[in-house]
Amino acid sequence: MLSLIIRRLIQSFLVMLAVTLIAFIMFRFAGDPVNQMVGVETTQSERQTLREDLGLDQPTIVQFGHYIGRVMRLDFGMSFQFRRPVMDLLAERLPATLELAFVATLLSLSAGIVLGVYCALKPRGILSSLLQSVSLVGVSLPTFLIGILLIYVFSVSLGWLPSFGRNGLVPVTAHWSTGLLTSDGWKSLILPAVTLGLFQMTLIMRLVRSEMLEVLRADFIRFAVARGLPKSRIYFRHALRNTLIPVITVVGLQIGSIIAFSVITETVFQWPGVGLLFLQSVQTADVPIMSTYLLLIAFLFVMINLAVDLIYNAVDPRLKQKNRT
Amino acid sequence: MKLKSLLASAVVVAGATFLSLPAPSFAAENVFRFANQSDLKSLDPYALSETFSLAMIGSMYEGLVARDPDLKLVPALAESWDVSEDARIWTFHLRKGVTFQDGSPFTADDVIFSADRVRSSGSDLKSRVPADAVFTKVDDHTVTVTTPEPSPLLNAVWDTWYIVSKSWAEAHDGKEVKVGGTAPSYMALNANGTGPFKLVSHLPGVKTEWVPNPNWWGKPVHNLDQVVFTPISSGATRVAALLSGEVDMIEPAPLQDVDRINNSGKATALQGPEVRVIYLGFDQHSDVLPRSSLTKGNPFKDSRVKMAVYKAINEDAIIQKVMRGAAVPASLMVAKEMFPLADQFKRPAYDVDGAKALLTEAGYPDGFTVQLDCPNDRYVNDEKICQSIVPMLSKIGIKVNLNAEPKATYFSRIFASGGYDTSFYLLGWQTNGSGSVGVLRDLFRCRDEKGNGGGNNVGNYCNPKVDALIEKISSEPNETKRNDMIAEAYRIGQEQEVAYVPLHQQTLAWGVAKNVKVVQRADNDFRFYWVTKTAGQ
Repeated sequence: MLSLIIRRLIQSFLVMLAVTLIAFIMFRFAGDPVNQMVGVETTQSERQTLREDLGLDQPTIVQFGHYIGRVMRLDFGMSFQFRRPVMDLLAERLPATLELAFVATLLSLSAGIVLGVYCALKPRGILSSLLQSVSLVGVSLPTFLIGILLIYVFSVSLGWLPSFGRNGLVPVTAHWSTGLLTSDGWKSLILPAVTLGLFQMTLIMRLVRSEMLEVLRADFIRFAVARGLPKSRIYFRHALRNTLIPVITVVGLQIGSIIAFSVITETVFQWPGVGLLFLQSVQTADVPIMSTYLLLIAFLFVMINLAVDLIYNAVDPRLKQKNRT
Repeated sequence: MKLKSLLASAVVVAGATFLSLPAPSFAAENVFRFANQSDLKSLDPYALSETFSLAMIGSMYEGLVARDPDLKLVPALAESWDVSEDARIWTFHLRKGVTFQDGSPFTADDVIFSADRVRSSGSDLKSRVPADAVFTKVDDHTVTVTTPEPSPLLNAVWDTWYIVSKSWAEAHDGKEVKVGGTAPSYMALNANGTGPFKLVSHLPGVKTEWVPNPNWWGKPVHNLDQVVFTPISSGATRVAALLSGEVDMIEPAPLQDVDRINNSGKATALQGPEVRVIYLGFDQHSDVLPRSSLTKGNPFKDSRVKMAVYKAINEDAIIQKVMRGAAVPASLMVAKEMFPLADQFKRPAYDVDGAKALLTEAGYPDGFTVQLDCPNDRYVNDEKICQSIVPMLSKIGIKVNLNAEPKATYFSRIFASGGYDTSFYLLGWQTNGSGSVGVLRDLFRCRDEKGNGGGNNVGNYCNPKVDALIEKISSEPNETKRNDMIAEAYRIGQEQEVAYVPLHQQTLAWGVAKNVKVVQRADNDFRFYWVTKTAGQ
């Protein structure tokens, strides 16, 4: 187990290095950073001074070295449009995205597993067929369309839920305000979370259903039935546990996607998270935010993959055996 | 079975909890909520010369003068002013008894400090105050401004040049506007002005809140207790927020939703012409037209070619189909409302055959190919307008390669910082307080590659006779004489030499809830200190 962890850590580090290189290239070569920082009326000599101040006239390899040093110190530079450190902006916005992703994953996991198990246990029932066809909708409709549909039904027509923004915030630490403690917070969280998690929910539902159907046909289940174990024990303690292994892998990857691609949902619901920040920075060519976002997402994916690998090894008894010997 | 009943009971419990939660409490105060497509990035009054930012900042800060709902110049922090005979010396008498929101008094020192700060290197509003204008303090409430050249319209653009407090700015390292993103700025996140509203909180890109300033010198015409601004970039969400009652006003309302808003019974779409003219410009100084199929010569130096382009464009069709009727055709580069003699100038009629004849006469019977540069997220339906122009010009033989890009890269490329890198382009020009004088100075004067002279004359239309006329116009104090000279300049520059092809003045669409009254100014400058909101919806 320890050698596995160390191996994975080294691999993660190499991946992060490669991504840092790409982020640096983007910052340095996508347009002239100085032109984007200053107003139209700045003179050429002022621009040259700024260039020297930022060290943009030094050789590329030296600049890359500086960049790595800064990244290690978590100094990601200053945003062109906000004129504030990128680190501060991300720290402000990340809780919003993480809460949204967390609730979306929770919803999709719970709904997906429950519905998937139900469909597997009653494969020919009417409700199962209905759920299957409706789940096609969840997979094929684009996220923004789902979001706007939900807004029009629940905000404009029924007026039950807010159509945008993150309300009901309660400060927890100096940097973190959570919306999970108030009813207002939950009300503004529901629609974006459903929009974000719908695709994953249908995915999990179908995955659990097909995996469970297979597992239910396995020998050890048949022996358990023959032995006379109660049905609920068979389904939930034995069958479901084995079903969950591929689900964990998929969910792990999906969490990374949910966080990284929350851009669309955040735009539709004006959710003040890092996705919306990223989209705005693309529109205004604010390169420090773009390259830092790239680093952040890469880091997230690497960490999640690492965690999934470790959990996988802990949960799957077959792998546990292999790694021990 | 057990699972089904578990599911069912979970749904029932969740539903019950939700619906039993207390309904939103009706605010005892009168809160005005509005949403805009763009966000308010910096609160520093000199950081960005953008209509929206300046309008928001203008609720907290004020200039020496202001503009009323009809765009007339009225006194603000300056009670009155005198101009010398030769228009070179202006004396401003400042309002007494005005304090900044931190309690410090407003005096001439603050005006002089602001004049220096607005011309400092990082400021985006440098052109508001002439570089060679000298500000002198006569006493605590009198300031004289001296310019070497006559400047009859000196304060015409000062309604968006706001006065900052010298003591407060110096205490927070704000003597100069910071260049570039090298240091965080205190003034970007905090405000201290003399204006009718006070900042409560500001989360850039998320939410900004204001309350009325109890110590304001003026008499409020609004009846609000609190103002909340939230940016909503998605057009559909913005409209939904208006229709669900979560916001009281949105700006801009997408054109395709105007009918829905009007039919909703909860809000109306206010539409009025903006003083922004959308137009086409040409590279008129290169010897060989770049980004074209030509290896010698520049067709856009010939007025007949430009007139052919003018005649080939079916502006009525553009207004009807692309703008859905939400535009007014323009015949000049200045908004009709800002030039009394605008009626003398008419658009040439749509005439494809006439255009083809002109092109042949100019020596291009088979036309030519050229690239058209266009922004795609700045003006109303800008990219669609360009797309509709492509087939119109191909009818007369000019093949257009359309290059549409976001404004972030577009503006840095086609202006001085990018070396005026375009052959044929679409742009919008907002007539500011100086009217035609500003239009002529910025768009019709010769320029060099650094942008001295007509800085926004991207294609460098250059006629020394017109330049001389513009200099005379700039120093003429008599309005009637000035307007006659302006008309003469337009006759040469616009009618005869077709420096530009004006298209239309776009209209603004604001979505406003039924119980709210706002003032829609033609320059798209929304001031919420003129808003009244009555109770209930």
